Amino acid sequence: MTEGLTWTVYDADTMTQAEIYGEVLCRLGEENPKIVGLSADLANSTKIGKFGKKFPDRFFNVGIAEQNLFGVSAGLAKTGLIPFVSTMAAFTAMRGVEQVRTDICYQNLNCKIIATHAGTSFGSAGTTHHCTEDLAIMRSFANMTVIAPADGIETAKAVKACVDYPGPVYIRIGRGFEPKFYENEDYDFQIGKAIEVNEGTDITLICCGVTVLQAAEAAKFLKENDGLSVRVLNMHTIKPLDEEAVLAAVTDTRRIITFEDHTVLGGLGSAVADVIAASGKGCAFVKVGIPDCYCIVGYPEDLCSHYKLDTDGIIDKVREVMNMDFEEDDDWEDEV
Amino acid sequence: MPVTDQEIRLLHEKACQLRKDIIDITYWAGGAHIGGALSMVEMLILLYYKYMNIDPKNPTWKDRDRMVLSKGHGGVGYAPLLARKGYFDFQDLKEFNKFKSPFGMHLDSLKVKGVDASTGSLGHGLPMAVGMALGARVQKQSWLTYCILGDGECNEGSIWEAAMAASQFKLTNLITFVDRNKLMIDGPTEEVMGLEPFADKWKAFGFIVKEVDGHSFSELSAAIEYAQSEKKGPVVIIANTVKGKGIDFMENQVKWHYGGLDTELVEKAKASVDRMAEQAMNLKN
Ligand SMILES: Cc1ncc(C[n+]2csc(CCOP(=O)(O)OP(=O)(O)O)c2C)c(N)n1
Repeated sequence: MTEGLTWTVYDADTMTQAEIYGEVLCRLGEENPKIVGLSADLANSTKIGKFGKKFPDRFFNVGIAEQNLFGVSAGLAKTGLIPFVSTMAAFTAMRGVEQVRTDICYQNLNCKIIATHAGTSFGSAGTTHHCTEDLAIMRSFANMTVIAPADGIETAKAVKACVDYPGPVYIRIGRGFEPKFYENEDYDFQIGKAIEVNEGTDITLICCGVTVLQAAEAAKFLKENDGLSVRVLNMHTIKPLDEEAVLAAVTDTRRIITFEDHTVLGGLGSAVADVIAASGKGCAFVKVGIPDCYCIVGYPEDLCSHYKLDTDGIIDKVREVMNMDFEEDDDWEDEV
Repeated sequence: MPVTDQEIRLLHEKACQLRKDIIDITYWAGGAHIGGALSMVEMLILLYYKYMNIDPKNPTWKDRDRMVLSKGHGGVGYAPLLARKGYFDFQDLKEFNKFKSPFGMHLDSLKVKGVDASTGSLGHGLPMAVGMALGARVQKQSWLTYCILGDGECNEGSIWEAAMAASQFKLTNLITFVDRNKLMIDGPTEEVMGLEPFADKWKAFGFIVKEVDGHSFSELSAAIEYAQSEKKGPVVIIANTVKGKGIDFMENQVKWHYGGLDTELVEKAKASVDRMAEQAMNLKN
């Protein structure tokens, strides 16, 4: 139904991911009467309120009650509607999580969850509002598709793509201070297909969300200053993971680092690690993200540099991994 | 002993100071949950300056009364109170919300002295408070647990699960407050998700309900003393309040749930707080 829908998201420079989402959802709502919206006293903060204003009869604010939010969404989906559900990521992936898993994923329902304030994007709020576990949690549910768009433009692409993508989808976005990466919508976005945003043969950086921009900048710098050829993959879909792209990186570059605004336990890095391990091929591999701790307080850009997810941190990590001389190891047998 | 006129004067001074502290911290932090912090000022002041048995020099003293700020976004109101009580230096709050600060918007019990439970995700405080009250009972200790809820927060099912438990276990050592300011983020509570008949809901869940003016020290004081002596079942004090109380341009304004202040607004806000304090002193309640 949404095929052939074309529009440009104007003002991508000034609009946040969530604002773009709100706008796109309104457009989709015009085309597709099956779309309904839900929130839990965060209609304004998540910007789904835009849809609510435009389609008051197709929008439900259930109050501060996230378990009910996802249960009600499941019920709506059972009747053939396509619920778009938005609250903060912490209250999606944690408070409402059994409803997401058992009501929505177990029954393979067509609910599209757009969770805001993900990762450390609401850094100053403290641990209750950080959500550095959602990728791990959501990825573990059968039937679930998990997406972390690089910026606002990609949020628009992902939101559009998920309407016709069957089953439950979880899209995590930030609080609103995420810099843009894409200039326009003129690129191929397919759920489950990594995008090579920088070609390279020495090392591969696999990223999602806000780290894509940082890695792309780092790659440019490393080319100019270190003469390194750094491949950067925008792995916007964490599940189903583009295994081919990971395997190609193993074969072509033999060195991989993952960067994510998420705990290093169970998220993008772990998903990539699974594929590398199962390949049986040798590969220098490092996961960068929030270590096994509760993230400290601060604005996202400070936290990003604190946890080495900014351009400088990425440059340092690449140099470190380029210096790992695993091939000199006496026990090393090159199987590639 | 209910509050005397003399005590009330002093409490108003403390309340006035706390409101100004909230203004300063909101300014320093660049933004905070100011509306809901201002509505619960009288409850906090009365508890901490008259009723709670605590020792700021010994924040982990095992016989202290406990406080669970279930509406954890009120941290901007709670942190300065703890500072003024002597748990830590008020100037530390210049770091509120800043990089590597111990103070996030929602206070962390492992980092901020005096905070008995880390809250901020709504609907968690009352269940933890029920656990604390049970813990005191099991260990035959006589300290009390106080818990402050937001009214919007009472949308959460977990609040009612905890309410059922409190009445099932006849927790008379738990005193619950609801800051009934009638607003949440997306609008008035009755428009977003109606709570009324609110008092009847609590009664149906086995609570004894006291409804008071949440900005009146005398009414709050009478309700707290009633709750302390009530032995039939748990008491909830529904404190009717005004969100943004004390700052005229914020009072009852949905948009001031969370906001920032520039220097000009800081001045206006403080002037308004002074006017409120003056009126309150004259009314003596
Ligand atoms: C579980 C959960 N869901 C959503 C939020 C986001 N949130 C923070 S404050 C708030 C509104 C709270 O309203 P109320 O309890 O009435 O507090 P008050 O008006 O006194 O500030 C919401 C929805 C949250 N902190 N926790």
